Amino acid sequence: MVKSTTKDAQDLFHSLRSAYVATPTNLKIIDLYVCFAVFTALIQVAYMALVGSFPFNSFLSGVLSCIGTAVLAVCLRIQVNKENKEFKDLAPERAFADFVLCNLVLHLVIINFLG
Amino acid sequence: MAALESPQPAATATAMRHAFGNVLSVLILVLIGVLAFSIRLFSVIKYESVIHEFDPYFNYRVTQFLSKNGIYEFWNWFDDRTWYPLGRVIGGTVYPGLTLTAGTIWWFLNSLNIPLSVETVCVFTAPVFSAFASWATYLLTQEVKGSGAGLAAAVLLAMVPSYISRSVAGSYDNEAVAIFALIFTFYLYIKTLNTGSLFYATLNALAYFYMVCSWGGYTFIINLIPMHVLLCIVTGRYSPRLYIAYAPLVVLGTLLAALVPVVGFNAVLTSEHFASFLVFIIIHVVALVYYIKGILTPKMFKVAVTLVVSIGMVVCFIVVAILVALVASSPTGGWSGRSLSLLDPTYASKYIPIIASVSEHQPPTWPSYFMDINVLAFLVPAGIIACFSPLSDSSSFVVLYIVMSVYFSGVMVRLMLVLAPAACIMSGIALSQAFDVFTGSIKYQLGRSSNSTDDAEDTNNAPKDDASAGKTDKGEEIVKERSSKKGKKKEREPADKPSVKSKAKKKALVLPLETSIVALLLLIMLGAFYVIHCVWAAAEAYSAPSIVLTSQSRDGLHVFDDFRESYAWLSHNTDVDDKVASWWDYGYQTTAMANRTVIVDNNTWNNTHIATVGTAMSSPEKAAWEIFNSLDVKYVLVVFGGLIGYPSDDINKFLWMVRIGGGVFPHIKEADYLRDGQYRINSEATPTMLNCLMYKLSYYRFVETDGKGYDRVRRTEIGKKHFKLTHFEEVFTSHHWMVRIYKLKPARNRIRGRAKKLKSKTTSAGWSSKSEKKNPWV
Repeated sequence: MVKSTTKDAQDLFHSLRSAYVATPTNLKIIDLYVCFAVFTALIQVAYMALVGSFPFNSFLSGVLSCIGTAVLAVCLRIQVNKENKEFKDLAPERAFADFVLCNLVLHLVIINFLG
Repeated sequence: MAALESPQPAATATAMRHAFGNVLSVLILVLIGVLAFSIRLFSVIKYESVIHEFDPYFNYRVTQFLSKNGIYEFWNWFDDRTWYPLGRVIGGTVYPGLTLTAGTIWWFLNSLNIPLSVETVCVFTAPVFSAFASWATYLLTQEVKGSGAGLAAAVLLAMVPSYISRSVAGSYDNEAVAIFALIFTFYLYIKTLNTGSLFYATLNALAYFYMVCSWGGYTFIINLIPMHVLLCIVTGRYSPRLYIAYAPLVVLGTLLAALVPVVGFNAVLTSEHFASFLVFIIIHVVALVYYIKGILTPKMFKVAVTLVVSIGMVVCFIVVAILVALVASSPTGGWSGRSLSLLDPTYASKYIPIIASVSEHQPPTWPSYFMDINVLAFLVPAGIIACFSPLSDSSSFVVLYIVMSVYFSGVMVRLMLVLAPAACIMSGIALSQAFDVFTGSIKYQLGRSSNSTDDAEDTNNAPKDDASAGKTDKGEEIVKERSSKKGKKKEREPADKPSVKSKAKKKALVLPLETSIVALLLLIMLGAFYVIHCVWAAAEAYSAPSIVLTSQSRDGLHVFDDFRESYAWLSHNTDVDDKVASWWDYGYQTTAMANRTVIVDNNTWNNTHIATVGTAMSSPEKAAWEIFNSLDVKYVLVVFGGLIGYPSDDINKFLWMVRIGGGVFPHIKEADYLRDGQYRINSEATPTMLNCLMYKLSYYRFVETDGKGYDRVRRTEIGKKHFKLTHFEEVFTSHHWMVRIYKLKPARNRIRGRAKKLKSKTTSAGWSSKSEKKNPWV
């Protein structure tokens, strides 16, 4: 039972990996960016757990800025992905411009809230 | 819908029709804006351009401060003229949206050299924003069902009495701006959902920010949208557009909400926001699942599912256990008092009498539904059914919106205001569909009667003919009561775009000509009744400024301007630093108009302070004098309606003073003031009642008016008629005895007779007064 589960897990891992290798490079870059942002957020949470949460607004703005850019990058990836039939009329430049605009608003708010 | 033969003339004809339709829509929208603005002007015409009620006076005072001192002073303002001696941090406890909006408009107009005063801008802010709100309703409904429904919904919202009641000219309150922000935020959310554009998602977050700035009811948005996302996921309508519509809103919205000082960290710590975080996590899980499903083969996907489910369950349990422990550690489970009273309607009456005592927080009665949304109450179910055919993301959203708002409006009458836009949207959809069916039938029938059979192709423009049998919609029931000729049954709203292909099917989908014409006329009459009711409600029911009262008598119109008379007296005849004590209803008006420091006001944030004032009003004179003296009070103000029959006076509110006071100081017991469970002020009243300060201050010298002391509100003669005041002296009574102001007599220098210890022993029993043999004050 355990053996078949481990074998299943290995098969799963291999098929995931092979499927992922096939994605285009620009999407992989975006995925890397998302992982980086989430990783930064986790570091901040770990730091807060160590040091304490004062001042709370700085912690909030730090974590939410990382999560915010991650979410926005995922949205960009959705819009730029050629396999998404819903977005085939959307030019990738327009998607990127929207991404930049939303990030601008996000970071303006962050700078204001950072304290 | 496009013409079958596509040479140039037909295409230009379609383009011309479109252009004409657009121009007509714009004209209609302008007219709707003018209508929304002008229907709210009745109070300005009947009375004058004055600010109404109580809360708007506070907002007006804050706007005055903002316009005089600028935004930094406003943001950091600590108000020491209210809640003496505690003060109030205005910057951190007020929702700044309304004042900033009016302040900006005032500043902008003045920079253009249009010298409108702050009061004028404040009075007319609400009608202007109601015009904007109708346009926002048009946009929202257009996204759901098309521009015909949008126009119908907009015109309904411009006139719906529930919204008029909170946005007349002069009602300068948060809802005036907040309802516009609410509808606009929903419009942007639906637009993002329909288009999947990140640009609209950004705008959505900014509109949500404006909503958070304006009103505490923003929690409705941040709970309704996650509920809708969850509904979409559960019904299998997950799509990437849903992710784009929701995820940026949560992150940006939480940050922006935390920026507003009133909300602050509550944006992440209170239970009102937890739903959004929970659904945020859920939507990420769902997105990941869909992504993996997309890149794996079905067999591997099954393997993945079994693996993940087993591990995921364990993790889920741990996380849920932590959350539950966190939430259960706070006594209210993390919810604020007002939100909890929405979820559990009996909560407030058991634990927080102040919330229960506000009349706006009571559940509404059935007649108030018909008064406030009138005909729409019938059309809403038809609209709900129309939304299901076909069901799209946006129509599921409006259905969820109306269901939630119906529930909340049933809990608290004040929230009928949130129901109004939803009802208008639904009714607009219903009306538009009905009109489509009937006009389509008429067109088809006329087309068929004038030509021969090939018209089946030409009448492509009557595609919405789709009814199962000859039934009418529920709206006509009220008209049917008067014209009970046609025996029609209820109609189900037609399904949308039917197939235009099969001629035979089309023949069965069309109503007979006479039926359509009569039904059309009946619908128009329905609309006429609605308009008549709305104009009546705006003119008669909702335009009273409540600071000026009028009554019609045989000799004409009587105007009772006692409130402003007394506030003017206060501002001219007392020192600037004198403190005035009254019940909390009049706090805002006193600070705004009389410019004197008050003890408690309508913000009701400190229950103990209000209970202190309530206890003082319920105590005998000496104990009340002690309490007021300890608060540095110089003047006491009571409102008395017995001479003219004004029913909202302090004697009618007195039991609430007793209850609130008794909630904090246990020696005040409500039963002491009731005779056999009945509240009386006549000769059968209890001695505690006849000796309390409120009775004495209200009825002092009242017997001199007519010799018998007949109270027109309570409809009896008063119990104790001839008495003197020992610790207070009367300094002002307004023209119709509506407001009476008393001054605290200063303490005596010498005490006749045996010297008594005048230090009141402050035990936990509070102000218990022991019976004395000699009263040193007489």
